[in-house]
Amino acid sequence: MLTIADKTFQSRLFTGTGKFSSAQVMEQALLASGSELVTVALRRVNVRDRSDDILSHLDHSQFHLLPNTSGVRNAKEAIFAAQLAREALETNWLKLEIHPDPKYLLPDPIETLLATEELAKLGFVILPYIHADPVLCKRLEDAGASAVMPLGSPIGSNKGLKTIDFLEIIIGQSKVPVIVDAGIGAPSDAAKAMEIGADAVLVNTAIAVAGDPVAMAGAFKMAVQAGRMAYEAKLGITGAASASSPLTTFLDEL
Amino acid sequence: MSFKEIFEKYSWQEVRESILAKNTRDVEDALHAPQRSLEDFKALISPSAARYLEPMAQLSRRLTQQRFGKTMHMYIPLYLSNECTNICTYCGFSMNNKVRRRTLTEREIMQEVEVIKQMGYEHVLLVTGEANQTVHVDYFKMVLELIRPHFTQISMEVQPLDQQEYETLIPLGLHSVLVYQETYHKDEYRRHHPKGKKAHFHYRLDTPDRLGRAGIHKMGLGVLIGLEDWRTDSFFTALHLNYLEKTYWQSRYALSFPRLRPFSGGIEPKVNMSDRELVQLICAYRIFNAEVELSLSTRESEKFRNHCIQLGVTSMSAGSKTNPGGYIVAPESLEQFEISDERSPQAMAQMIRGGGYEVVWKDWDEGLMI
Ligand code: SF4
Repeated sequence: MLTIADKTFQSRLFTGTGKFSSAQVMEQALLASGSELVTVALRRVNVRDRSDDILSHLDHSQFHLLPNTSGVRNAKEAIFAAQLAREALETNWLKLEIHPDPKYLLPDPIETLLATEELAKLGFVILPYIHADPVLCKRLEDAGASAVMPLGSPIGSNKGLKTIDFLEIIIGQSKVPVIVDAGIGAPSDAAKAMEIGADAVLVNTAIAVAGDPVAMAGAFKMAVQAGRMAYEAKLGITGAASASSPLTTFLDEL
Repeated sequence: MSFKEIFEKYSWQEVRESILAKNTRDVEDALHAPQRSLEDFKALISPSAARYLEPMAQLSRRLTQQRFGKTMHMYIPLYLSNECTNICTYCGFSMNNKVRRRTLTEREIMQEVEVIKQMGYEHVLLVTGEANQTVHVDYFKMVLELIRPHFTQISMEVQPLDQQEYETLIPLGLHSVLVYQETYHKDEYRRHHPKGKKAHFHYRLDTPDRLGRAGIHKMGLGVLIGLEDWRTDSFFTALHLNYLEKTYWQSRYALSFPRLRPFSGGIEPKVNMSDRELVQLICAYRIFNAEVELSLSTRESEKFRNHCIQLGVTSMSAGSKTNPGGYIVAPESLEQFEISDERSPQAMAQMIRGGGYEVVWKDWDEGLMI
C-alpha cells in the first residue's frame, strides 16, 4: 500500500485524463486501470460546473481527483490556479506543473521550487512535476512537497525511462514517495520504473492514444503490479565479479 | 521526524534476532542487490556472512575505489583537555579516575600545533573530555580562532552541544563533528554512563539532528565496539546514517568502528570482536553505503591497518597521542586509551604509497566556508 500525505492507495498506477477520444472511453479506461488517483487539467475542465463532461465521468468513489496546473508559466500563476482548484474541486491536493515552454512542456525548476515553498505554507498537498534532478527533488522535499514526480522522458514522447540513472538516485535518497511521470510509453516502461523502486507511475498518453485504450489500461495495471512484485521480491543481478588477489588471507596470520 | 522517533519503533532484541536469523541466501541476495536495504545490511553483518568475507572484501574494495579512487585521507587528533565531569566505565578520563587534569592554554596549543604541522598535517581533530564549566563553547571559539590559520580542515570530538552553539562554531572554521553514540542499547548505555551529562541517552542520540539543523559540513557516527553486541549496535548505526543522509542531505558522513582498548583502571570488553569480524563490518558498511567515509584510528595494529587500506577504509590517523599535550607539552601525561600502531605519519604515508594509494593531507579549504 502506498501512502502520500493523509491518503493510502492500493493501486500504484496513477492516470491522466487528457488526449482520450471521448469522455466515455476515458472513463472506461480509467476504471480498467484500477487507478485511484486521476489528474485533471484545470484548463481542460469547467470547475464551476459539475456536469462538465470530464468531471462527470470521473464521478466514481474510487477516484481521487488531482488537479494539475498545466498551462501556468510561473509560480505566481501556479499559486493562483491552485487556490482556484482547491475552492472549486474541494481538494487541497495539487499536481504542480509549471512549464513556460509551450513546445516541450519542460518543467521550470526554479519557479516550481518557489511555488512549492509558498503552497506548502498555504496547506496544499503538493506533488511537483519536475526534471529527474536529484538535488531539486531534495530541495522540494525540504520545501514541503508530499511526493516528487520526476520525468522519465519528455512529456507525451512515449520514449520510456531515458533518465533512469537519475531516477535511481532520486529513489535511493528520497524521503517522500517518488512517482515517475511523463514519458512512460509502454507497460514494460512502467514495470521497469516499479522494478527500480518507484512508488508509483503516472501514465496518460500511452493509454489514451493506444489502439484500444481500455485494454491498454488493463495492461498497465498488470505491469505496475508485476514491477512492484519484482521490486519487493528483490531482483538478482547480473555481472560477474572480477578475480583479483585475495584481500582477507592476512587474517589467518594475525 | 527526529531520529529518536524512528529509533523508538525498534526493539533491540528483535533486531538482534533478525540479524542472527539471516541465512546464506540472504547474504547472497545482499551481495547481488542493485541497491542495499537495511535488511541487506543485517545479512552482511550476520554470522552467515562470515563465509563470504573474501567476496565481500572484493566488492568493498571495488565500490571504494569507484567512489574515492585510490586515496587515503590523513588526520591527527589534538587532545586539548582531559578534564571530565562524567563517569564512563571504559575511559581513562573518567571523573572517578584519579589523574592529573590539564586543559591546554593558548600557548600550549600553539606548541602542539607546531609539532603537528611539522608532521605534515592539514586536518586536525580536536578532542576533549566533557567539562562544561571550563571547556565550553567559549573555549572552543578561542581554539578555533587560534588554530584556524594553521589548518585547512578542523574537526571536533567533544561533548555534544546545542544547535545554537554549533551554529556559532561552524562559521569559525569548524568543518566536522564526531559524536559516537557509544552504544544504542539504552540499559547498557545507562550502566556505562552512571554520572554526568552524558548519562542522558536521548540528548546524545539527538546530537546529529542538532548538527544537521545547524548545517555542519560533515558528521561522524559510530559505536564503541565491546560494550554490547556489535552486530546490533552496528545496525542501529546504519539506521541512524540512513535517516541522517536523507534528512540532512547536504552534509557528508563518516563512520568509525573503535574497538575498546585498554587504559589504566578500565573495564574488560563485554564483547570481543575478532579481526575477522571487524573486516566483515568494514566491508558491510561499504557495501551498504558507497559514499560514506570510513575511518580507522591507531587503536588497531600495524599489520591490520596495512591491509585495511585495500578493504574500504578511506581515512586514517597516524602518529597520534591521546593525552593533552602529548606531542610536546606533556608527553608523559595519562592517555585516554593506549594506541596500537605507533608508526610516524611519514612511515604510514610510505606504506600507503607503497600499496599504490595516494596520501591526501588536504581535502578542504577554508575558502569553501563562509
Ligand atoms: S568518554 Fe568522554 S565523557 Fe566519558 S569519561 Fe571519557 S572523556 Fe569523559
